[in-house]
Amino acid sequence: MSSDEIDYGRRRMLIAATTAMGGVGAAYVATPFILSMHPSARAEAAGAPVEVDISKLEVGQLMTVEWRGQPVWILRRDEEMLENTRSLEPLLRDPNSDELAQQPAYAKNEHRSINPEYMVMIGICTHLGCAPTFRPEVAPIDLGPEWKGGFFCPCHGSSYDLSGRVYAGVPAPTNLVVPPYHFTLSTRLVIGVDPEAV
Amino acid sequence: MSNRLSDRILSLRDWVDARFPLTKLWEDNLTKYYAPKNFNFWYYFGSLALLVLVIQVVTGIFLTMNYKPTAETAFASVEYIMRDVNWGWLIRYLHSTGASFFFIVIYLHMFRAMLYGSYRGPRELLWLIGMGLFVVLMAEAFMGYLLPWGQMSFWGAQVIISLFGAIPYIGEDLALWIRGDYVVADATLNRFFAFHVIAAPLVLIGLVVLHIVALRSVGSNNPDGIEIKKNKGPDGVPLDGIPFHPYHTVKDMVGVAVFLIIFAAVVFYAPEMGGYALEKDNFTPANPLKTPEHIAPVWYFTPFYAILRAVPDKFIGVLAMGAAIGVLFLLPWLDRSPVKSIRQRGMVFKTALTVFVVSFISLAYLGTVAATPVATLFSRIFSILYFAFFLLMPIYSRWDKTKPVPERVTFK
Amino acid sequence: MRYLIFVIALLFGMPQAAFAAGGSNLDLDEANIDLADKVSLRNGAKLFVDYCLNCHSAELMRYSRIGQDLDMTDEELIAELLPANGKIGDTMEIVMQPKEAAQWFGTAPPDLSVLMRVRGEDWVYSYLRAFYRDESRPWGVNNSVFKDVAMPHALWELQGLQEAVVETHTDEDGHERETITGFKLVEPGSLSPEAYDNAVRDLVNFMAYVSEPSKMQRLALGKWVLGFLFIFLILVYMLKKEYWKDIR
Repeated sequence: MSSDEIDYGRRRMLIAATTAMGGVGAAYVATPFILSMHPSARAEAAGAPVEVDISKLEVGQLMTVEWRGQPVWILRRDEEMLENTRSLEPLLRDPNSDELAQQPAYAKNEHRSINPEYMVMIGICTHLGCAPTFRPEVAPIDLGPEWKGGFFCPCHGSSYDLSGRVYAGVPAPTNLVVPPYHFTLSTRLVIGVDPEAV
Repeated sequence: MSNRLSDRILSLRDWVDARFPLTKLWEDNLTKYYAPKNFNFWYYFGSLALLVLVIQVVTGIFLTMNYKPTAETAFASVEYIMRDVNWGWLIRYLHSTGASFFFIVIYLHMFRAMLYGSYRGPRELLWLIGMGLFVVLMAEAFMGYLLPWGQMSFWGAQVIISLFGAIPYIGEDLALWIRGDYVVADATLNRFFAFHVIAAPLVLIGLVVLHIVALRSVGSNNPDGIEIKKNKGPDGVPLDGIPFHPYHTVKDMVGVAVFLIIFAAVVFYAPEMGGYALEKDNFTPANPLKTPEHIAPVWYFTPFYAILRAVPDKFIGVLAMGAAIGVLFLLPWLDRSPVKSIRQRGMVFKTALTVFVVSFISLAYLGTVAATPVATLFSRIFSILYFAFFLLMPIYSRWDKTKPVPERVTFK
Repeated sequence: MRYLIFVIALLFGMPQAAFAAGGSNLDLDEANIDLADKVSLRNGAKLFVDYCLNCHSAELMRYSRIGQDLDMTDEELIAELLPANGKIGDTMEIVMQPKEAAQWFGTAPPDLSVLMRVRGEDWVYSYLRAFYRDESRPWGVNNSVFKDVAMPHALWELQGLQEAVVETHTDEDGHERETITGFKLVEPGSLSPEAYDNAVRDLVNFMAYVSEPSKMQRLALGKWVLGFLFIFLILVYMLKKEYWKDIR
C-alpha cells in the first residue's frame, strides 16, 4: 500500500468520469418520472376544445362553460357596459393588458376580446384561485358608489371590471386570463383553439 | 478561492458534527467499517437487494399516483398507466420486473449464506432478521400481485387465502376476515392495497435497517468462513479487512452496472419474462365466476406451492408449505459442522447442498405445471429431499469430513 | 468455483426447461406480423373498425393515440376510423351493451384492448382463418381453433365460406376420432385466399399494436439504455481496478 505508486491523477479522472456519467444517468432516469406527472392522454382528451352556442345569450347575461375543468365565462356586453369599463381605466392596474401571458395577442385590445360584444375569460381569480362573483349592477350598497359593474372575489376582496381587468390596490396581481377561442359562426364559438390565421 | 470554499465546507461539517453524528455514521458504516477483502461473486447480492428495494419504492410511489384500488377500476387503471400516463409503461414494467428480480437477488443472497455458513454464530440473529425480511417480502409480493386485478391475481389470491381455511376450528372465519367478503372482492383488493403500499414496506424498511445494524456489529462472513476480527494489526484494524468505502463501494458499483444491464434487458425486451413475470391470463380482468384452465402462482412462490400440492391432505399440505419456509429459520441450529464454509466441508455436505438446490429448482418448475400424476410423483420426491436436507443436517453435518480452517483468508 | 459453475448452469437450465413447456400443443400458423409496418397497421385499423368494432370494444385504446403512433392526421382519423360524432380523444367504445350482447350471442363479446396478450398473435391469426360451415351451430359456422365458439364468422364477406376436410381414423383404444386436416373453399369471398390471409395478418398486427401501444417505443429505447449502461460498466470496472491495486 505504498502511496507513491498510486496514480492520483488517474483516480481523480475516473471518479470525475463516473460521477458525470452517473449524474447524466440519474437525470435520464428522473425524466420519465417527472413527465409521468404531466396531464395524461385522458386528461388531454377531457381538456379538448369546447364548442358553445351563444345565440340565446342576452345582453348583460353571463354563461359559464367548462373547459379543462375550469369555468369559462362568456359575458354579453352592450355599449353602456363597455363605456363604464372605459371610465374605470385610471383605477386599474393594467388597463392596456400589457401583461402578455394573460390573454392571446388577438384579445390584447381595449375590450379584451375578439368581438367587443362578447367577453370570454377564465373565471378564476389570479390571486389564489377562488371563483369571483359576477356583480353587474352599478353602485350597489356593499361595493360602494364607485362600482360600475364587474367581478368581485369574496375570498380576499380582489375586484375586476367587466373586461376582467384587475383594480389597482387589491391582492390579485393580474387581469383575468382570456383563453384561446375563436368564432365559427357569429353566435358559435370554440374555446381552446386560436383562430386560424389571425 | 477553492481553499476558502473547502474551509467553509469543513466548518459546516464541524457545525453539524457538534449536533449530529454525521462523520461518525459515515466512518462507522463506510470508511472505517472493515470488510473482508476476499468477497467473491456471491457477495454482490446484499447491496443489489437494497438497490431493488429502492427501485420498487420509487416506481411504486409513482404507480400509486394513477392506480385505483377498486374492483371496478383496478384493471383499467393499470392499462391506463400502460397507455395514457406519460412513460407509465416504463414505470409499470420497472415495478413488475423489479418484483421478480427482488426474488432472484434474495434467493441468491440466501444461497450465499448456505454456501459459506453465514448463518452460523455469531450471525444467527442476522440470519433470523433476514428470514423475517424474506417472509415479509413474500407477503408484500403476494398482496401486490392482486392489485392488477386480472384472472391470475384474483384466483391466486383466492387459492392462497383459502389455505388459511385449512387451519382447524378458526380457519374459515380467519379466511373470511382476511377477505372481508365471501370471496376475494373489492374489500380484499382495497385492504391489500393498503398493506402493499404502506404497511408491509414500512416493516420491510425497518427490518432492512435492523439487518444492516446487525451486520455492521458482527461483521461480514467471507468465503473462507474465517472471523477476520481474530487477526488484528497493531492499529486494531483486521489484517484481512479493507475499508468498505472506497474499496467495496467501487466493487459493488461494478455489480450494480452488470445487474442493471440484465435488468434493463428484461424491462425493454422481455417484460413478461415469457409469461412468468406477467402471466398471460392476467391480461383478462378478474372474473369471480370463471377459473382459468391452469392457475399457478408467480414463479417465485412455485417451490412452496409444489410442496403444498404434493401433500394429499389440505391441512397437512398447508403445514408442509409453512414448514418449508419455517425450517429455514432453524438453519443456524441444524448445522453442527465444525466449519462454516463450503470450502472446508466434505463430500457429504456438498452432495446434500446439491440435492437441495436441484430439489428447490425442480419444485419451482413443478409448481408452474399442471398437476399430472407424474408431476405429483416428482413433487413428492423432491419435497422429501427438500426436508431431508434440513432435518438430517444435524447428523450429516457432524459426520462429514472437514478440512482445516486456514489462518488467513485466501486472496489472489 | 466448480460449485459455482454448476449452480449457474442449473439456474440457467431451469427457465429454459420451463419456457419450453410453456408452449401450446395446438398447431397454429405463424402470423409473422411487423409492428413497424405502418401501412399494414393502418389497413388493420380500418378492418378492425369495420368488422370488429360493432360487437367488440377496445375501450382502453384512444383514437388520438392511434393517430400519433400510425402517423395519421386528425382529418385522416375522422375520415377512416372515427364513428360519426366521435371525438379524436375518445376511446374505442361501442354502443352495444354487454347485457344485450350476451342475449344475442350467448356470451358477451370480450373487449379486445389487451386480448392479444392473452391469446397470442398466432392464435388469433389461425382462429380468424379457421371458420368452417357447420349447420348445427347457431350462426352456421364452427371454428377448429376455438371449438363451438359463440362468435359468427364476421369476415365471411372477405373470405367466403369454407368447409372442413375431415379425416376419420381409429386410435389405439379402438375409438373412432375425427380430425380436421384442412379446409376447402366452397363459396368464394371478395378476397382471394392469399389476399384474405394478408388482410387477417394486418388485422392481427393492429390488434397486437393495440394490446401494447408503447412496444415500439420500448424496443427503440432499450438499445440506448443498454448502450449507456455498457459504457458505465466499463468506466466503473476501470475505477474498481484502479482502487483495488492497493489491495494485496
